[in-house]
Amino acid sequence: MSVEVLGDGRKRVRAPLSDDDVRALDAGDVVLVSGNVYAARDAAHKRMVEMLDAGEPLPFDPSGQIVYYVGPTPERPGNVIGSAGPTTASRMDRWTPRLLELGLKGIIGKGGRGPAIRAELARHTAVYMAALGGGGALAALRVRSQKVIAFEDLGTEAIRAMELDDFPVWVVNDATGQDYYSEAVRPWRRNDLLPEDLRVPGPESAAEGDGGG
Amino acid sequence: MCPGPPRPAPYNALVGTVRQIEAAEITRVVRELCMEICYTVPAEMVELMRRAREREESPLGRQILDLLIHNQRLAAEGEYPYCQDTGYTVVFLDLGQDVHVIGADLYGAIDEGVRQGYGDGYLRGSIVRDPLFDRRNTGDNTPGFVHTRVVPGDQIRIQVDAKGAGSENMGKHAMLKPADGLEGVKHFVLKAVAESGPNACPPGIIGVGVGGNFEMSAVIAKRALMRKVGQPSSDPQIAELEAELYEKCNALGLGPEALGGTQTVLAVHVETMPTHIASLPVAVNIECHAHRTGSRVI
Repeated sequence: MSVEVLGDGRKRVRAPLSDDDVRALDAGDVVLVSGNVYAARDAAHKRMVEMLDAGEPLPFDPSGQIVYYVGPTPERPGNVIGSAGPTTASRMDRWTPRLLELGLKGIIGKGGRGPAIRAELARHTAVYMAALGGGGALAALRVRSQKVIAFEDLGTEAIRAMELDDFPVWVVNDATGQDYYSEAVRPWRRNDLLPEDLRVPGPESAAEGDGGG
Repeated sequence: MCPGPPRPAPYNALVGTVRQIEAAEITRVVRELCMEICYTVPAEMVELMRRAREREESPLGRQILDLLIHNQRLAAEGEYPYCQDTGYTVVFLDLGQDVHVIGADLYGAIDEGVRQGYGDGYLRGSIVRDPLFDRRNTGDNTPGFVHTRVVPGDQIRIQVDAKGAGSENMGKHAMLKPADGLEGVKHFVLKAVAESGPNACPPGIIGVGVGGNFEMSAVIAKRALMRKVGQPSSDPQIAELEAELYEKCNALGLGPEALGGTQTVLAVHVETMPTHIASLPVAVNIECHAHRTGSRVI
């Protein structure tokens, strides 16, 4: 079990993840991720699925691993990496189930996932976490090392092995199928100011709360 | 109203007076702008983020804004770009009609500036050469997407925007009916912002274009984003609409990173222009908190 609960309620995990690790993460948790993750985004996913279709082995074994959806800027001389914040995760929805079938346990990106992916995450005991969208400079400081391991021709979209050090993320979709985005917004939506179709049920329930921080 | 081309007065009536501008000068300016804006956002953005931090009621929202403000400052030190998506390079060019560009092709000179700026600035090339059949990265972020206006005068004004795709992808466009009217437009904008959710990396700026035809509404929505951020429209009716949309977009409760809160948008800018008796085109173009733009006059 690599999940540690810190005094302030945040959780610290180290990749790779076991099913028990994943079950210890709940929607809304702030998590600090350390250890080796694999950077891959659109073009790398498309190519990995084509390889699977052709019966070829992937450049890395996804079992137990975390994939980070990122395409960094080129690093300046002397730096480990350039800016390295997350990209929109839903673009990977089409390809994600194939990696979950092979045992992928964690995903880091930004933005929501479709309902089908939320169900797949639950079915495979996996977790989707969001990093700070547009916080690429800060993210760079939490990367200890990186190395292109496949698809070098894809440039920024190549697959990288990346060593993270207390990289901060929020758990959006946990292994029970919870979706933190829809929960988080509910207390703050001002139904009184909005047209009917944009209102959400139950904002009064948390009006006195802290918004689920 | 649609921002007409700037009208330096008086109009240069001297027949035959032409100013020559070297294409290399345009390249130099574009290069510098690309390198500058991807690290340092405009001063107004720093102020609007500070104001959002002050106004945000959600504790988590405040924490996120603190992180984003930290990111803003770190990027301004010049080591790491503000965001790894250094965008489509969108160039707004106001070309004085008394200017003669010499030495190279004008658009070629702009692309050369993009190429040099992205290379020398350690910025990410994010453009693929063909959308369908050959999605290979051009490697240097060319081509830039250029909007040209020919204006009176003998100067060139160049505004560059490094437009992130996460927010760009959340843009919406519709040909509403004139009967939908003002309420229809407001509803369309709110729905677009609600649906953009976390993907557009809130808090951001909402550019709205109303009127014109199919493509002009989209172009003026993007031009709306190029206005000095937070500055209300000079037309009082539109300024009132902007204020109302600002309040209602924030009532959506998405908050910073859409993790809940009162600060979903930093500003709403609306531009309008004449349209057809049968039409009410509307476009919503969203800019994330990484509002990377700058301009120079040659």
